[in-house]
Amino acid sequence: MTETTSHPTEVDPVARELLQSVVDTARAIFGAEASSIFLLDEKADELVFQAVSGQGEEFLVGTRFPAGRGIAGWVASTGEPMVVDDLSQNGSFARDLAESTKYVPDSLMAAPLLHSSGVLLGVLEVLDPSPQARSSLSELDLLSLFARQAATALRAVLDRRALRGTEVPAAALVLDGLDPADRAAGLRALDAVRDLLLAP
Amino acid sequence: MTTPTAPAPGAALSWSLRGHSPGDIPIVADGQEITPDWAWGGSTGRGVRVCVVDSGVERDHPLVGQVDGSYVVIKDDAGIRIEPTETGDTCGHGTACAGIIRRTAPDCELYSVRVLGERFAGTGDVLLAGLRWAVEQRFDVINLSLSTTRPQFTDALRALADEAFFGRSVIVASAHNTPVESFPWRYSSVISVGSHQEDDPELYLYNPKPPVEFFAPGQNVTVPWLGGNTIRTTGNSFATPYMAGLAARVLAKYPKMTTFQLKSVLYQAASNVSVSNRGAE
Repeated sequence: MTETTSHPTEVDPVARELLQSVVDTARAIFGAEASSIFLLDEKADELVFQAVSGQGEEFLVGTRFPAGRGIAGWVASTGEPMVVDDLSQNGSFARDLAESTKYVPDSLMAAPLLHSSGVLLGVLEVLDPSPQARSSLSELDLLSLFARQAATALRAVLDRRALRGTEVPAAALVLDGLDPADRAAGLRALDAVRDLLLAP
Repeated sequence: MTTPTAPAPGAALSWSLRGHSPGDIPIVADGQEITPDWAWGGSTGRGVRVCVVDSGVERDHPLVGQVDGSYVVIKDDAGIRIEPTETGDTCGHGTACAGIIRRTAPDCELYSVRVLGERFAGTGDVLLAGLRWAVEQRFDVINLSLSTTRPQFTDALRALADEAFFGRSVIVASAHNTPVESFPWRYSSVISVGSHQEDDPELYLYNPKPPVEFFAPGQNVTVPWLGGNTIRTTGNSFATPYMAGLAARVLAKYPKMTTFQLKSVLYQAASNVSVSNRGAE
């Protein structure tokens, strides 16, 4: 597992706030010690900690690990949720996780964040949920339902970003041909149009 | 069969037995009575070759024992190929499945083909290649606690499942844990498995409302995991290898049995299925 300060899965402030609210809410729902979201960086074949609530909040964001490995990797690859208990007895798991997160959970729940097309956006993890929220089918259901809602919200944010991304280059060509004053006016107009298009 | 209470909103589509007990789904079947004792009593699965298509299986895990062969599906610029591997399990999930099979059919031969953990394998082609390889090797039982939601693989998977069915390789496949359509568990040529919520580790049921055909213990199951340890976990993934283990025991006892006979036997011997005598009158 390698740490990095760069964010190739760059998120804007709205996405960041959304992801943070998802992990804060997940932690509250399950009475958990911590919750985190990993987004998939497909090019690097890595999962990146993008938001953390609770243990590790200060230092985990931006940390990366191979996308196919571990429980998060299994969840990412298969699109299935997973719930595991008694991890602290598990030497190799604890060592792996402790090295990367400095926190060893006893229990872990993970669910995929999926685009409606089936494409994986990332993984939602909940660490050490309260004892009554462990290893039952109903908890797996609740986690999956919540992850679906989170993925839908995340998708809306990412789609909005993509929309913005496709408009700017075309507009930039036009703006480049203008003098500075006209360009400033053009940018203001473009902002107004964008706000109009993106208004709910 | 009657359903005493309507399922809760949103729970109608479920690939597991939620909020119902075995008593809620009695089935009266026609045919000969088949008891568990007749079906697999005294059998330990000896000589039956079982393959786990998953994240690999840890070597020398005390609850898994001997693994008779480990393979990996490799995908790179040269294409997709299958090679023997010394690597174990990249997650723990495959080891868990292998352990449940070992517990159920202690003397079966266990093989592993790893389709996860190389690169991010979200595309389904690696899964398909691993399953195809297992079918070509004519394993008696193939445990697949995985599925794919990608529609471009459904035709190939269906053809492969049919090939396995006629070739007497039984694919025992997990239903998805969330109510989405995925494959190949959806096909009638495989034995599909979801979870029930009962504590009995040997109880399995036939579902009167397929596509999921069997419900087996899948909640809070103690399973082997990485590092020679155990964890507790929940999901259809862990119900499936119990049925795969039972299939191995039946096939060890009746080696000439076809896949359709095997499924009938598992159906007739399910706890919620009783045989009617009317046909004999």
